[in-house]
Amino acid sequence: MDTTLLVIQVLNGLQLGLLLFLVASGLTLVFGILDFVNLAHGSLYMLGAFVCASLTYALGNFLLAVVVALPVVGVIGYLTERVVARSLYARDHLDQVLATFGLILVFDTSAHVIWGPEGIAVPLPDWLNGQVALGSGLEVPTFRLLIIAAGLAAAGGLFWLVNYTRLGMLIRAGASNRTMVSALGIDIQMLFSLVFALGAMLAGLAGMLIAPITEANIGMGNSIIITAFVVIIVGGIGSIKGAFIAALLIGLIDTLGRAFLDDLFGLFMSSAAAENSAPAVSAMLIYLIMALVLALRPQGLFPPKVR
Amino acid sequence: MPTMSKRGWITLVVLILLAVLPPLFYLGGQAFYLDLATRLVILAIAAVSLNLILGYGGLVSFGHAAFVGLGAYAVGIPAHHWLYGGWDAIATLSGWLHIPLAVGVTALFALLTGLVCLRTKGVYFIMITMAFAQMVYYLIVSIEEYGGDDGLVIDSRTELAFFDLDKPLQMYALCFLSLLVALGLVRMIVNSRFGMVLQGAKGNPERMATLGFNTYAYRLTAYVISGAMCGYAGALLGNFTTFISPEMMDWHRSGELMFMVILGGAATTIGPVLGATVFIVLEEVLSSLPHPFGIYWQLPFGLLLILVVMFIRGGLAGLFSGRKER
Amino acid sequence: MKRVMSAALAAAMLGLPAHADVKIGFVTTLTTPAAVIGNDMKNAVDLAMEHLGGMAGDTKLEVIYGDDGFAPETGKQATDKLVKQDNVDFVAGYIWSHVLLASRKSVLDADKILISANAGPSQMAGQLCDKNFFSTSWQNDQTPMAMGEVLNKAGVKSLYIMAPNYAAGKDMTAGVERTFKGEIKGKDLTKWGADAQLDFSAELAKAKASGAEGIFVFYPGAAGGAFIKQYDQAGLKDTLPLYSVFTVDALSLPKLQAADFKAVLGSKTTQEWDPTLDNEANKKFVADFKAKYGTYPSYYAAQSYDAIMLIASAVKAVGGDMSDKDKLRAAIKAADFSSVRGKFKFGTNNMPIEDFFLREVVTDADGTWTTKVIDTVYTDHVDPYAAECKMN
Repeated sequence: MDTTLLVIQVLNGLQLGLLLFLVASGLTLVFGILDFVNLAHGSLYMLGAFVCASLTYALGNFLLAVVVALPVVGVIGYLTERVVARSLYARDHLDQVLATFGLILVFDTSAHVIWGPEGIAVPLPDWLNGQVALGSGLEVPTFRLLIIAAGLAAAGGLFWLVNYTRLGMLIRAGASNRTMVSALGIDIQMLFSLVFALGAMLAGLAGMLIAPITEANIGMGNSIIITAFVVIIVGGIGSIKGAFIAALLIGLIDTLGRAFLDDLFGLFMSSAAAENSAPAVSAMLIYLIMALVLALRPQGLFPPKVR
Repeated sequence: MPTMSKRGWITLVVLILLAVLPPLFYLGGQAFYLDLATRLVILAIAAVSLNLILGYGGLVSFGHAAFVGLGAYAVGIPAHHWLYGGWDAIATLSGWLHIPLAVGVTALFALLTGLVCLRTKGVYFIMITMAFAQMVYYLIVSIEEYGGDDGLVIDSRTELAFFDLDKPLQMYALCFLSLLVALGLVRMIVNSRFGMVLQGAKGNPERMATLGFNTYAYRLTAYVISGAMCGYAGALLGNFTTFISPEMMDWHRSGELMFMVILGGAATTIGPVLGATVFIVLEEVLSSLPHPFGIYWQLPFGLLLILVVMFIRGGLAGLFSGRKER
Repeated sequence: MKRVMSAALAAAMLGLPAHADVKIGFVTTLTTPAAVIGNDMKNAVDLAMEHLGGMAGDTKLEVIYGDDGFAPETGKQATDKLVKQDNVDFVAGYIWSHVLLASRKSVLDADKILISANAGPSQMAGQLCDKNFFSTSWQNDQTPMAMGEVLNKAGVKSLYIMAPNYAAGKDMTAGVERTFKGEIKGKDLTKWGADAQLDFSAELAKAKASGAEGIFVFYPGAAGGAFIKQYDQAGLKDTLPLYSVFTVDALSLPKLQAADFKAVLGSKTTQEWDPTLDNEANKKFVADFKAKYGTYPSYYAAQSYDAIMLIASAVKAVGGDMSDKDKLRAAIKAADFSSVRGKFKFGTNNMPIEDFFLREVVTDADGTWTTKVIDTVYTDHVDPYAAECKMN
């Protein structure tokens, strides 16, 4: 195997993993603290992409658009919490799954009504459009490096927020013991709204970062949300650290599977069969891992310490 | 016969309407409505099977569409080989192979996955059932011979002793009778000692365990019955559409089945049937709205879904009964 | 399902009750991101109806739309509804090969006429050909075959291939492999459908590492724009030149222009039609389409326009009498209409025998990005499956 190719594929896997982490971290916070299953979390990823795409054309600059779009998505998340999610906290997970399934239909169709079916391409500034040479024959698109950097920065910021701030202390406390936090006289409703908005912004950021690559698309959230659930289950619900490690793991497995599995399969089956089955099998792999984790260690690899 | 409850009457009326109306439409030259009703009744059987574990057993399966798909492929694959050769052992159209194969394969799949899934609880159960469904989805996608992503057109239907499935009325008759049997079966199970334990384990598993019941075994049995019943519905669906594709087991489809059960009323006999009816009729009516409203039908549909969950607890069947039965 | 009614235009204009004598069902994608193609086709059909005044001779025409939701199962349901409930005489449209394959039986069993305005799966040109099935587009293999010839001519020695993993994707790769004489260094088939794979980083890295002299891709609709951007961001323009079919078109170009994505200018594709083709029907079609909708029509639109014109010519020839199917089929086969391709005739398997051109992306006089013909690759080309067709 070619080492240059391997390095590039690992970087690709890292990029996918970090995007997954941005989506999964909000999901795991909302799930861990609010005990709320939000299938519509992927819709916030999609809305982030669309809002940012529109703003890029309006403001003429992608990075500026990201800065403006983030609070917009935060507000959408906040409103979602207020209008729909809040009244469902006391319900069982089944009701939450169904109601947020309905939310997906509403968000997706609304995007169709507002932005049309065709999706929006997002232009990048010239300096982000090129490639960076990391060594001989090793060239990587600049923007993909930026995604990795932004993903790492967001992850770092989140760790800092959760581990070293008062809000983070409350979030951690909330994840492990809800009643204690409310007993401390904290406005638990406000905390919940904030967590929801924070999760929305993280998912929205992921959508904004991917939009220049895949364009903003209706339904783009639906393919990532299921994978994000796999991430948080594998990582342990409520655990940021677990989500981080699991996201990188899943991102690498998915990318490396797509990249190398057909060569591997080609060793013992016809190349046509290998080409066809390899992508499907690498997609199956991540569910297999989740099923294994659930069967052997149902609380996930890195469960929050107190539960 | 003791006096019938209000919900009993509703059940009777719904079933009579389903028995009479679609054939009348067909004889009146509206073949399309018979098709719609056939789809409805088949999905109702799947919803009834889901209701057994979700409604009565409290096991929220988010992967039930996998059973529908497996059932359909269990019919489609032998028919495919009968048409195009290969695998002589199963290359037949005989219902004596098709139906047992569909039921057997789904029962086995339910048993194997149930052994693992039922060790988990709550949201983990939801997610692991979905994970297994996704695995089956991608497995089918990867098998080029059976059409992969494109699916497979099966030109020939299962040959059964008393029903000619190429005749729409007979197809409908079989589906409707199957629904009656499924309803009767679930009712019988629920009212048996087995059903009592299953429902008891939903409310208070520790207590049932202390009483000496192996709740795991009870749940596993219910899960297998439910999966096999759903696989049978899949066999019907494959025969009805003469087209099978991985799309049948997409997680959206599992969500729709859950919605039917909840909309109609979980843990009620007629609930899943009501839910499937409202679901199919709404989808048809909303998507038939004049352009451009028709293509946005999922917007009102999604809103309705949210409103039903938020405000109609106990589903439609709950509306028809004075007391709360959830 | 998801039916959308379109009023019979003539009836509406004359204030008559909307009673149509001949009904045409048109199945295309109106939801999901792929609706960008479906809307273009619908626009062309509406324009064709306008040009016809809603009439074929003395017979009124009515078009009823069906949405396939980018999925075979949904497409089949939409087709069933058109056939059984709306009792249409023709079912036309179909962007996607797998949708057409799933739906064909519903139409043919009811002895209705099926006309593909885009999809051209190999099976339906060969063994599954049918006297009631006609195409106003091409067989899937033909366009990439033309591209294969272009590659040979350009002296390209080795190729990497990428396409979506569905019926047409497989036909397209088979097509280019059929004529391309060099070496195939590698091939990737990616997930397609409503949750299609849109990030091609892993595949592009493989393509680059393969050392191929060029990359052949087929990514229709929204995926095309995404692919081209990533291809450019990966800096492959000089080392791995792009040769595409059905990827750079009138649907992706406006988006790419809005994003000022100049890399696409000068790229070449093969096609059976182009807005610059010099004939009366095409000039009128392109001018009126641009005036009405503000964009260039795509080949999807051109083929849909031709499908309606073909139907109208046949309905007119039989005087609106749909009962004598042999006469109707003969009238369709005669293809007595002014195609936007200039000339149009059917082969033995009811697929068109037509020319294929090499097109280049250019800027037009108004500054809009579009394509123009720079060469003719095939003249009167017959698809490779025609011999397998035993018409019953």
